[in-house]
Amino acid sequence: MDFDLSDDQRLIRDSVERLIADRYGFEQRKGLMRQAEGFSREMWAQMAELGLLGVAFDEAQGGFGGGPVETMLIAEAFGRGLVVEPYFATVVLGAGLIRRAGSAEQQAELLPKVASGELLLAFAHHERHARHDLAHVATVARETDGAWEITGEKSLVLHGDTADRIIVSARVEGETTDQSGIGLFLVDAVGLNRRGYATQDGQRAAEIAFDGTRAALLTTDGFPAIAATIDAAIAFVCAEAVGAMDEMHKITVDYMKTRKQFGRAIGEFQVLQHRAVDMLVHLEQARSMALYATMMAEEPDPVERSRAVSSAKVAVGRAGRAVGQEAVQMHGGIAMTMEYKVGHYFKRMTMIEKLFGDTEHHLEKVARAGGAL
Amino acid sequence: MDLSFTAEERAFRDELREFFHSAIPDRIRRKLREGLHHSKDDQIETQRILNARGIAVPNWPVEWGGQPWSPVQMYMWQDEMQQACVPFPLAFNCSMVGPVIAEFATQEQKAHFLPRAANLDDWWCQGFSEPGAGSDLASLRTVAVRDGDHYVVNGQKTWTTLGQYADWIFVLVRTDPAAKKQEGISFILVDMKTPGITVRPIQTIDGGHEVNEVWFDNVRVPVGNLVGRENKGWDYAKFLLGNERTGIARVGMSKARIRRIRELAALERIGEGRLIDEPKFREKLAAVEIDLKALEMTQMRVVAQERSLPRGMPNPMSSVLKIKGSELQQATTELMMDVIGPYVAPFFTEDELEGRNEPQIGPDDAATAAPMYFNWRKVSIYGGSNEIQRNILAKAVLGF
Repeated sequence: MDFDLSDDQRLIRDSVERLIADRYGFEQRKGLMRQAEGFSREMWAQMAELGLLGVAFDEAQGGFGGGPVETMLIAEAFGRGLVVEPYFATVVLGAGLIRRAGSAEQQAELLPKVASGELLLAFAHHERHARHDLAHVATVARETDGAWEITGEKSLVLHGDTADRIIVSARVEGETTDQSGIGLFLVDAVGLNRRGYATQDGQRAAEIAFDGTRAALLTTDGFPAIAATIDAAIAFVCAEAVGAMDEMHKITVDYMKTRKQFGRAIGEFQVLQHRAVDMLVHLEQARSMALYATMMAEEPDPVERSRAVSSAKVAVGRAGRAVGQEAVQMHGGIAMTMEYKVGHYFKRMTMIEKLFGDTEHHLEKVARAGGAL
Repeated sequence: MDLSFTAEERAFRDELREFFHSAIPDRIRRKLREGLHHSKDDQIETQRILNARGIAVPNWPVEWGGQPWSPVQMYMWQDEMQQACVPFPLAFNCSMVGPVIAEFATQEQKAHFLPRAANLDDWWCQGFSEPGAGSDLASLRTVAVRDGDHYVVNGQKTWTTLGQYADWIFVLVRTDPAAKKQEGISFILVDMKTPGITVRPIQTIDGGHEVNEVWFDNVRVPVGNLVGRENKGWDYAKFLLGNERTGIARVGMSKARIRRIRELAALERIGEGRLIDEPKFREKLAAVEIDLKALEMTQMRVVAQERSLPRGMPNPMSSVLKIKGSELQQATTELMMDVIGPYVAPFFTEDELEGRNEPQIGPDDAATAAPMYFNWRKVSIYGGSNEIQRNILAKAVLGF
């Protein structure tokens, strides 16, 4: 048992942390978000150059041969910077699905392009009435003469407005909530009917309608790949949340040492000190669970993998709410403003809690699976 | 980064687990499993079995019976013992006075006291808290005045756990009344049979007799029983309190409690089904388990950090373990109350429970659920209350 990083992992951590420290200050981030697509292509190219986009791919696919730990290090730094580039949509979800469900040819064609930054992906899965049910797929796929066509409406597609290719889940057989019969397809985004919009946390998403849209098949049995990819994605956002909470906590503690009221720093008040400690306890417990989720992210047994990942999502969801609300409260009015950083962390934490199943959903899932231990 | 244990570590763990299950009598482990207090004889019997195997005091220096274990092995020893419901070697001997004697006492004192403490030939108790000195321990007022070859001790100690069984007490006394608070305190060892010592029981809200008041009325203690240097006792007390860095989380014990809760909740009917399948109950249980899993990981991180910290240096992160660990221990007692439901009401004293012949009232563990709930409110109060732990973290980690 050890929590030490290898030399290579330390290199990755140092380079991504340097990128965030040098290029992703709060004011710089505002500049990046003002670009037409809501993020910076130039920043994306730089991430590609640093090897961040292909970090988890095999070397033959233009990657670094890394795994969940390398990905976690990137996620944590991105959480600190509140990164808006479509890493999560393209690399974690999109490439994650291609790696798990795509053929060798598809992987060889697409992954190097992801690693080099040429190809943006998105995963169109969620539908209006699915809530947290990953198996809810009403969109249908039909095969005629060896060609697939997709019809249906997908919602809340992260970075779906800028992706070059969209991975779409669509039913090839069965009822709307069956786990079997869910296919995964690759659709060219050119000419798609998509409506993009900003999300609360400064990311982008889109509503996408498919109407007999031509699609290339990845697999007709996509659920295991979807479940595994979403679990990996949850591990990613848990680590991202730890980075965001850590930063939010630091900013709050610093603020308490400088903000003066009643003639002294508010950090001298014990009632506030103890609340800052409670934030720390939440943060450390969340950090532990993010590590746990990372180390279980590629566990082959889906039941054990899910138990760990869902447990982490619960711990991080609760911690995020507590740390976020307290950070705003202890700052006072300043944290209510768009021009101050803390509110943006709070917003990101709040969106993470609702992403891929909220705290209640994952708690119920762990409970149904016989508990967390 | 790797969460798994090495083959050697796993073998070490399996061997301990096997030993705890086979060597410690089931009648003793059953008591802990069901929330009953074990007796003085149970404690002595268990500790002597452990000591014969050389694992009663692994945390001590090797020359005094300690083990050259890694932090991981030390963690496994604690965790396996807790999970097997084995009474922990008496903390006052093994985690408290033993390490202080081994670190600061004379060779003669070490040779006399340490082997006897390890084997529980002497039962030690702790004379720290006073009616006016709780969390603010350094405001203690018990005095020791030098008179020839003796100190004459006068004052009152309280919350003296299991003092009714004790042969010896280690006491913080004020030896320099003129010095600043922390600076005039000494650490002395007192034979409980010395004339002038009175032990009075305190009955706690669970109905048990665990703690006592200890009165000192002109008690003459040989100066040879001073540990280390006069007026340096506060340093030794801090060493003692900072010694327990990871075991304090009691993750193994909470896991054992949750196993028991699951067993009993599977037997409890609710409508047509079982309590364990009731969505609200099982979600409440899962929430505690998730927190416990997180604490286990946090504990692992602290154990891993141990390797790079000098021995004896306190790790402020252990305060996180104390806060969360005590909260979760208490949460398990609340869950058990939920399982037992209305049958928490019947009240029997420990003596009545020990000797009873009549059938129990209500489900298994009904008689111990409420006493345990009431009794375990102590865990967030003792060993530096959770508010003191927050003060420590605020200062040491957050820099306030």
